[in-house]
Amino acid sequence: MAQRNMSNEKCPMPSQDPKVRARNFDEVALGYTYEMAVGEARRCLNCKNKPCVGACPVAIDIPAFIERVANEDMEGAFEIISQSSALPAVCGRVCPQENQCEGKCVRGIKGESVGIGRLERFVADWHREHSSEAPAMPKPNGHKVAIVGAGPSGLTAAGDLAKMGYKVTVYEALHTAGGVLVYGIPEFRLPKAIVQKEIDNLKAIGVDIETNMVIGKVLTVDELFEMGNEAVFIGSGAGLPRFMNIPGESLKGVYSANEYLTRVNLMKAYRPDSKTPIKKSSKVAVVGGGNVAMDAARSAMRLGADTVYIVYRRGMEELPARKEEVEHAMEEGIIFKTLNNPVEILGDENGFVRGIRCIEMELGEPDASGRRRPVEKPGSEFELEVDTVIMSIGTSPNPLIRSTTPGLETNRHGCIVTQGEDGLTSREGVYAGGDAVTGAATVILAMGAGKNAAKAIDAYIKSKN
Amino acid sequence: MFKILEKTALNPTVTKMVVDAPLIAKKAEPGQFIIFRATEDGERVPLTIADFDREKGTVTIIFQIVGGATMELNTLEQGECIHDFVGPLGTPSHVEGLKKVCVVGGGVGCAIAYPIAKKLHSLGREVHSVVGFRNKDLLILEDEFRAASDKLVIMTDDGSYGEKGLVTAALERLITEGNEYDEVIAIGPLVMMKFVCAVTKKYGVKTVVSMNPIMIDGTGMCGGCRLTVGGETKFACVDGPDFDGHQVDFDEAMSRGSMYRDFEQKARDSFCNLMKKEVE
Repeated sequence: MAQRNMSNEKCPMPSQDPKVRARNFDEVALGYTYEMAVGEARRCLNCKNKPCVGACPVAIDIPAFIERVANEDMEGAFEIISQSSALPAVCGRVCPQENQCEGKCVRGIKGESVGIGRLERFVADWHREHSSEAPAMPKPNGHKVAIVGAGPSGLTAAGDLAKMGYKVTVYEALHTAGGVLVYGIPEFRLPKAIVQKEIDNLKAIGVDIETNMVIGKVLTVDELFEMGNEAVFIGSGAGLPRFMNIPGESLKGVYSANEYLTRVNLMKAYRPDSKTPIKKSSKVAVVGGGNVAMDAARSAMRLGADTVYIVYRRGMEELPARKEEVEHAMEEGIIFKTLNNPVEILGDENGFVRGIRCIEMELGEPDASGRRRPVEKPGSEFELEVDTVIMSIGTSPNPLIRSTTPGLETNRHGCIVTQGEDGLTSREGVYAGGDAVTGAATVILAMGAGKNAAKAIDAYIKSKN
Repeated sequence: MFKILEKTALNPTVTKMVVDAPLIAKKAEPGQFIIFRATEDGERVPLTIADFDREKGTVTIIFQIVGGATMELNTLEQGECIHDFVGPLGTPSHVEGLKKVCVVGGGVGCAIAYPIAKKLHSLGREVHSVVGFRNKDLLILEDEFRAASDKLVIMTDDGSYGEKGLVTAALERLITEGNEYDEVIAIGPLVMMKFVCAVTKKYGVKTVVSMNPIMIDGTGMCGGCRLTVGGETKFACVDGPDFDGHQVDFDEAMSRGSMYRDFEQKARDSFCNLMKKEVE
């Protein structure tokens, strides 16, 4: 038994210097060294009731994998994580661990929780760098399943079903698989080579990924059944950007966060040789306070802007983004204009953005969501001089599937209605999960939904045959 | 990968390609578009479908060589493959209830106007077509339009073929001669569509235009293609590309279309000089 590490603080994550990283797209967090990982793993008490596992949407046996790390059995640790998670290198980087596993960690009561996310990342990276073993091809069971959307929920469902022996085809609308992992989350938070490796692993176990296939257009869900699929999983995400409907949103230099990030991430506009253009901005306002807003603001800084504002109508305490992302953004020099709301985007004589007019807000009584409602302060309007505005105020599910799938029930927000945890929709054999069901949420919740749906699909197909 | 089965230069700046894309051909309808990426690191660019053959499984595109992406596409030859080709996207043009229409095409926009003329003609509706080009050398699809129209008027800016003048003059004449159109379908440069709409508004003739704004994904995800139509924000990729021309804010669309003009100029300049041809 390895010696327990009783330090109350978690081992800090080595990361690039903020001044340097604010100007490059290389990964910010550099990852634990071997020694750091083993030392941090030895902080885990391996407690009996394992509150961390219950707080993990895919229920990874966290104390068991950490014990392997403490005993320097990295491959063993990887095997344990792999039983529950299809994308550990991704989750170790982008999960909001502070609200999940780490939020429940017993070590967090008197000090800092165990760095579970950082250990997960270390194990996944260690495996990628040290193991050349191709994953074993599962034995086919003779049944076919179609997955719509190659994002976190679809890829998770595909991986789990393929491991059970199903012949799985994933249909992706874009030219690259990965969904939000490739078009949304920037390279500096999640290197695309890591996503590609996870996708290659799925292909190695027999998952077919067909890109350039917009389901609802080139094929309908009904046609997927006609092609011999016995079940269909819809993980088409929530890609439709919202705007504020204020004057000036059509000016040149106003982007949705989706467009801005897609240009930067999917189309690699940050590279000098990219064929996809993006505005060279000097002063940028990002409207919104979520993780996507942080990604957009930090990308704008890296593309060479000298001033980047986050304009958010509530206060610092209410920012929906992960604390770590907010801290990183602040370190990199992003200016937080909280308790401010845009009322108009101002243009110059050529139709380009020249500024944004905002109004100061104060927090009033709590609203239906329990958060204190922001109220305008009369007469407090002011202008910020900017040449680019990025709207990051949320997204809605895409209507392409619901408008072409008769009998598929959706709610007034356009989200697909499912029955309980297993993702069954109002159509027999059609399951759904991820943002298409919940509206914009997190990668890990989408993965959890994909996992549950895979189990349900397996049970459904077995019950029929 | 999508194989180019045929490649023809229709004029010095306009190329026609017949592409092997059976799944898209099976579903395509006039008015819909595809998005291509010529090569693995190419830009995503939308092109309206010019024709399709469900039996042969082919989709025809006709494009003007205007920027880096279309220059790159034009370097591919018959037998080579387009890296990505996705569709059919957008909402098909509606044809229900139309008995008599005037299809107005300008320049390469004629490539998009043609399939709707062809479809209406094949349904037995009365189709008048007005097509305009800068000069005779730039004329495309004359035979095709003739076959798909009950009446065809060809206009050139310099009078080198057909009649001298703009499409709006011919359209106005047809209307004042007593032709009562259920709808005018105008497809061409934004400024042409704007002035066609000004004419038809005067005579109260419903007019549909096909918009082709800057776009990335083509499925409603980026919002880059947004337009103001009747005071509301619409996405050309999912709500269009066809819109009621009398409701479209053309001035805003023209302004938005110039967003990346400098970048496009650089892309053209950095391309091989041999590739450069007269570009409008």
